[in-house]
Amino acid sequence: MTEPPLLDVQGLSTDYTLRRGGKTVRIHAVKDVSFTLARREVLGIVGESGCGKTSVGRSIVRLAKPHRGKVLFAGNDIFTAGSDELRRLRLKIRMVFQDPFASLNPRRSIGDSIAETGDIHGLFDNKADRQRQIQEALTNVGLDASFAAHFPHELSGGQRQRVGIARAILPAPDVVIADEPVSALDVSVQAQVLNLLADLQETMGLSMIFISHDLGVVGQISDRVAVMYMGRIVETAATADITDRPIHPYTRTLMAARPKPDPKIRIAAGIEIGEPPSQFDRPAGCPYAKRCALATSQCGTSDPSLRTVAPGRLVACHNV
Amino acid sequence: MLRVRDLSISVGRPTESVDIVSSVSFEIERGEILGCVRNIGYKKSMTSLAVMGLLDKGGPWVRTGRVELSGFDVIKSQPYQRVEAGHGGIAMIFQEPMSSLNPVMRVGDQIEEAIAVHQQASGARRPLEARQLLEMVRIPDAAMQLGAYPHQLSGGMRQRVMIAIALACQPQVLIADEPTTALDVTVQAQILSLLRELCDTLGLSILFITHDLGVVAQLVDRVAVMYAGRVVETATVEQVFAHPAHPYTEALMSCLPDSGRSKRRLTTIPGQAAKPGQIRRGCAFAPRCRYAVETCVDQAPPGATLSAHHLALCHFPRGVTP
Repeated sequence: MTEPPLLDVQGLSTDYTLRRGGKTVRIHAVKDVSFTLARREVLGIVGESGCGKTSVGRSIVRLAKPHRGKVLFAGNDIFTAGSDELRRLRLKIRMVFQDPFASLNPRRSIGDSIAETGDIHGLFDNKADRQRQIQEALTNVGLDASFAAHFPHELSGGQRQRVGIARAILPAPDVVIADEPVSALDVSVQAQVLNLLADLQETMGLSMIFISHDLGVVGQISDRVAVMYMGRIVETAATADITDRPIHPYTRTLMAARPKPDPKIRIAAGIEIGEPPSQFDRPAGCPYAKRCALATSQCGTSDPSLRTVAPGRLVACHNV
Repeated sequence: MLRVRDLSISVGRPTESVDIVSSVSFEIERGEILGCVRNIGYKKSMTSLAVMGLLDKGGPWVRTGRVELSGFDVIKSQPYQRVEAGHGGIAMIFQEPMSSLNPVMRVGDQIEEAIAVHQQASGARRPLEARQLLEMVRIPDAAMQLGAYPHQLSGGMRQRVMIAIALACQPQVLIADEPTTALDVTVQAQILSLLRELCDTLGLSILFITHDLGVVAQLVDRVAVMYAGRVVETATVEQVFAHPAHPYTEALMSCLPDSGRSKRRLTTIPGQAAKPGQIRRGCAFAPRCRYAVETCVDQAPPGATLSAHHLALCHFPRGVTP
């Protein structure tokens, strides 16, 4: 018997309203996205800038206002939760952000930054316990306990991102949503942080949503990958299937365009010209149709929905 | 074509200066792309600014070294002298095209501005030339896009406009400083193939600065790997990927995520990248190097020649039995 998913996202849509040239425009950052996350599973969300992957992460913890849909965390609906319950849920679902420079308060010591959640929620019995938990969180992310007294400007990018992770894991969460956690880091440091996340996931039994534009990084850490394009998931499959046997034409392009670190494998010529259409001018039908080699007249009129093509594989395309 | 010899750039007062770039030498042939691999977060544009002759008074300054463009000394002369001598020849494109373009000027006018300075074209011919440049960088509907403002274009299109402006200067050498880092992979692939094409058709030489080894493997002919302000290895792209000689290069290659081999632990380089000037004795990479011995800490490493085009700055280059 299979365990029910820890996180169940159903038909999530997030719209933003913007004012453009005196008119109010509504754009669909996330459109009808559904997926599940099992306990101890790492789901990678990959896509190009503006595809809505960050909005998905933020919507789950209601940082972006979700307009439609449902997110169930262990059976509790996050979107209908009252403010007290929401705060409790947010202890269980924690976020790690991209820019470790921007996400730490420059005027607070590292220790205070890490303990902030605990202070708010009254997780510490007394001062000594607070100190002990800060040190434990720091040691868990591979930093010396003495860092607690330092300030963000004294740390390198990799160290700051470790602090960001320490802050996320302090209340012993069930789910960590990591939004581009290694994009701002140098390759050698990126590898250290990826290893750290993989180790923590293992030892703490975390479930993780790992959001990145880099298929190499996502493939490294994820069990399953969801590929997003223009606010929609176009393909979900086990990591090896996405990287070795992509089905959706967009996933294939993405894989083909990724520069491999091997001069013998050059990017195939004839990568299609074109870029994602503007969110302000969303085409009818499949948003990928204009760039797609397989597109037929049907693609211009009806937007394909995800369907199962093999066990555990979902693809949103009319023609595969 | 472009020859940089023993270039050192310093910051601070002459009495207590720190080299942020030390003894950098490289050359680029006609139609060749040299990839310069560096860490994120260095003041890495210093070499390129010096090569352009653009270092301002009061900032970092060139302590030693020569930069020659077809025999013309770039550092000792003013930029306008280069233009007058017909050596306007080095153009540059940057990572973030939006901050390099003028937001309140139509892109066509910005290209014409560069044409006006660098070419003898009469005023009436300039719009035509500008359109041809946009067509050369594969912008669809070039005639219409001349009237567009930068914010109306996508990131990939803006970078194409930057390349068009660079080409308007009729350069012999193009310095591309992380030009695709801010772009999505599918757009990046298009820009890379455009750059390659320009090299082949115009005989343009490119100094391509990046941190992305994937891009290096795809695009360049030769590679210079930099660490802490020094070139630690130069080789052809095939040599560097097949037989990295410097331990830093070797370590960089092994930390790359390899999609599909999920859950394999990545090899890491311990510690943080050394800042230029931080380590004044011995080899700057020694504290992070798995092969380091006492010699490495005490003595500056000599340049080791592994083969005709393969140099490494290391006491014990890989693949060579002492």
